[in-house]
Amino acid sequence: MGLTKQSTGRAALSEVFNLRLGSTDDIVVALAGNPNTGKSTVFNSLTGLKQHTGNWPGKTITNAQGTYSYQNKSYILVDLPGTYSLLASSVEEELARDFICFGNPDATVVVADATCLERNLNLVLQITEITSRVILCVNLMDEARRKNISLKLDRLSDLLGIPVVATAARSGQGLDELKATIAKVASGKVRPKPVKITYDNDLEALISEFEPLIQPIGGHELNSSWLALRLLEGDESLLRSIKDQLAYNLAEDEKLQEGLARARARLDENKGLGDLRDRIVTSLVKTAESVSKRVITSSEKASYMDRKIDRILTSKTFGIPIMIGLLGLIFWITIEGANIPSELLAKGLFFIEERLLYIFDQLASPVWLKDMLVLGVYRTLAWVVSVMLPPMAIFFPLFTLLEDLGYLPRVAFMLDYYFKRACAHGKQALTMCMGFGCNAAGVVACRIIDSPRERLIATITNNFVPCNGRFPILIAMASIFIGGSLASGLGSLLPSLAVLASIILGVIITLFVSKLLSKTILKGLPSSFTLELPPYRRPQVGRVLVRSLLDRTLFVLARAIMVAAPAGLIIWLMANVKAGGISLLDHGAGFLDPFARLLGMDGYIILAFILGLPANEIVIPIIIMSYMATGNILELDSLDALRELLVAKGWTWLTAICTMIFTLNHWPCGTTLFTIRKETQSLKWTLLSFAIPTITGIIICFLVASGARLLGLV
Amino acid sequence: MDIKIMSLDKLPLGSPGRVKQVLSDSISRRRLLDLGLISGTRVRPIMKSPKSDPVAYEIRGALIALRSEEAKKVLIERI
Repeated sequence: MGLTKQSTGRAALSEVFNLRLGSTDDIVVALAGNPNTGKSTVFNSLTGLKQHTGNWPGKTITNAQGTYSYQNKSYILVDLPGTYSLLASSVEEELARDFICFGNPDATVVVADATCLERNLNLVLQITEITSRVILCVNLMDEARRKNISLKLDRLSDLLGIPVVATAARSGQGLDELKATIAKVASGKVRPKPVKITYDNDLEALISEFEPLIQPIGGHELNSSWLALRLLEGDESLLRSIKDQLAYNLAEDEKLQEGLARARARLDENKGLGDLRDRIVTSLVKTAESVSKRVITSSEKASYMDRKIDRILTSKTFGIPIMIGLLGLIFWITIEGANIPSELLAKGLFFIEERLLYIFDQLASPVWLKDMLVLGVYRTLAWVVSVMLPPMAIFFPLFTLLEDLGYLPRVAFMLDYYFKRACAHGKQALTMCMGFGCNAAGVVACRIIDSPRERLIATITNNFVPCNGRFPILIAMASIFIGGSLASGLGSLLPSLAVLASIILGVIITLFVSKLLSKTILKGLPSSFTLELPPYRRPQVGRVLVRSLLDRTLFVLARAIMVAAPAGLIIWLMANVKAGGISLLDHGAGFLDPFARLLGMDGYIILAFILGLPANEIVIPIIIMSYMATGNILELDSLDALRELLVAKGWTWLTAICTMIFTLNHWPCGTTLFTIRKETQSLKWTLLSFAIPTITGIIICFLVASGARLLGLV
Repeated sequence: MDIKIMSLDKLPLGSPGRVKQVLSDSISRRRLLDLGLISGTRVRPIMKSPKSDPVAYEIRGALIALRSEEAKKVLIERI
């Protein structure tokens, strides 16, 4: 459902799994699967939570836990990160494997994509090697039907030896059966007997010889032949996990180590059969292949249309123009569509403001109290709601549609070349997209990048993409100073282009700074890049639009109340508490003014940005209040009125542009900084994340302002 | 018998090939194996990005994008 209340802001700071058991009777169910199989949708549907979903691999990065009850029992569902395998090549895989091995789930549900079953079976087979309490949930059956792919699920169940449930989680199909099956497996009513995977003869002989030495550890539910293979492979991370979780140090078991050495020597002898890992994976893949062949019937034609569309969308001539055009279109719809709602909201809220003032007068309240609450708190709140809410309520559903469609990986696909040249990872394009919604969520999204170096680059540069809170600043500035009349459809064209240009500038700066970081403090080589381009999925348009709209509205309102209102109070105080005859606000602005002028702005603007640290959406309200506190305009019910106010204070197009540039390039907001600290576990990188966008902002604004002045343009 | 063996990045769009050997090193190798790119797997380049790098390949029903450096290390036989 796109970026939700729960995946952005402070919710993005949620912990890596820390199982919260209600009682010891609670049944723990692990939810595993390849990335991008609709696992999160299954999770959301079962638990009623709203974790972020979307059609691109890797967006479940935080481990979510939720509960549901079925037949009077309470179930805890743990959503593991999507992985292609449990053979631990990455942190996610380790996490998933550790949970399944040591977390003792009462059942493990593996969610698979019905349109891509063969590849998904690799993970299923690996999991059935570890535990027998596995249920295969074949999801996206509606997509399979659409593509004329039919599956013999009973046959599949026989071949695998575990129960198989068909679902189309988006529309709720199959979920009851899934819950019922989970209950049966967890309680022991149904005991799956997974079919054993056979490896090549020599390997099998080796396993059976080595296995007896491992039995002691298997006092836990650990499957000993699986464990034997992992030891032979020398899986370091597993050895560590066993030591941590089971308090058993395998290195100290002499007999085991001897047996291991012998087995390894034997393996080296017949190296001709290939590396051990190769042999293991080959057997798994081949088994998956043979099972799929007997279970799937599909027609080639099904993916023909998809491929054709894909080719056009990523082609040399059309690919990037279409991408920019699409983004521009979204902005245009956002700006155009937000006009009327904004006006209505502004008029309505201003009407209420008048009434409030009246009520306060009637109650004979002290002037300062009336002013503080109505002109301070309420007005800020009203502004945030009327200006910030409509654009966000339109942009997000549109963006979510694009996400659900599966377009975002194509963006990463097209831009990877440039990221490679900037010595960064192509997945950074995806983290930047997340940053559009909320930079804190974007920073968390950087977990999809494995290499620490590239992850840091993505984290530090994430702020160059304007988020939820900063977007409306760009739109407002563009609409006022670059727009012209707000009435006609064409009138929204210029502001849309201006916002688009800002975004593109942000992307260019990101690439440039990434390259700079790669060459200086974050030196290193590009890591590998494999990105799965999931099939296009038809988004449930109606559902997405409505849900996302509601969700976004609630989010903005909640933020407005929790952050904007208190901030309004503080700003009002600063504007009205005087020290030495001048308000605190004026002191601050006066101090910053010379510096700000160099950057094409004024002291109040910079002060507003500083005070806007908790949340960027209060920057404009702060500016307004600062200006109005010094006396002039009384009413503020439309963008036209705002223009008058700003012009009266000396704003020119240069001021607007520099403000827009600084909006793009300044320190991250409080929540984001907090998130960065948490993700990087390092004060140094957090400070750098603070400094780098700020310095870029100062430099660029200075250059633009000076240039414009020198050229006599202003 | 004219068997053409080449690296994956040289395979023309739409032409199927069969994997002979994966020469990549540890981490890339594991990832490719996990995605099903083992010896004998059928692979076909489906589309190129605007700069011809990366290229998206069809591997066991899924579309996987690989950079040219990775594709260079996969030996295939043209079929």
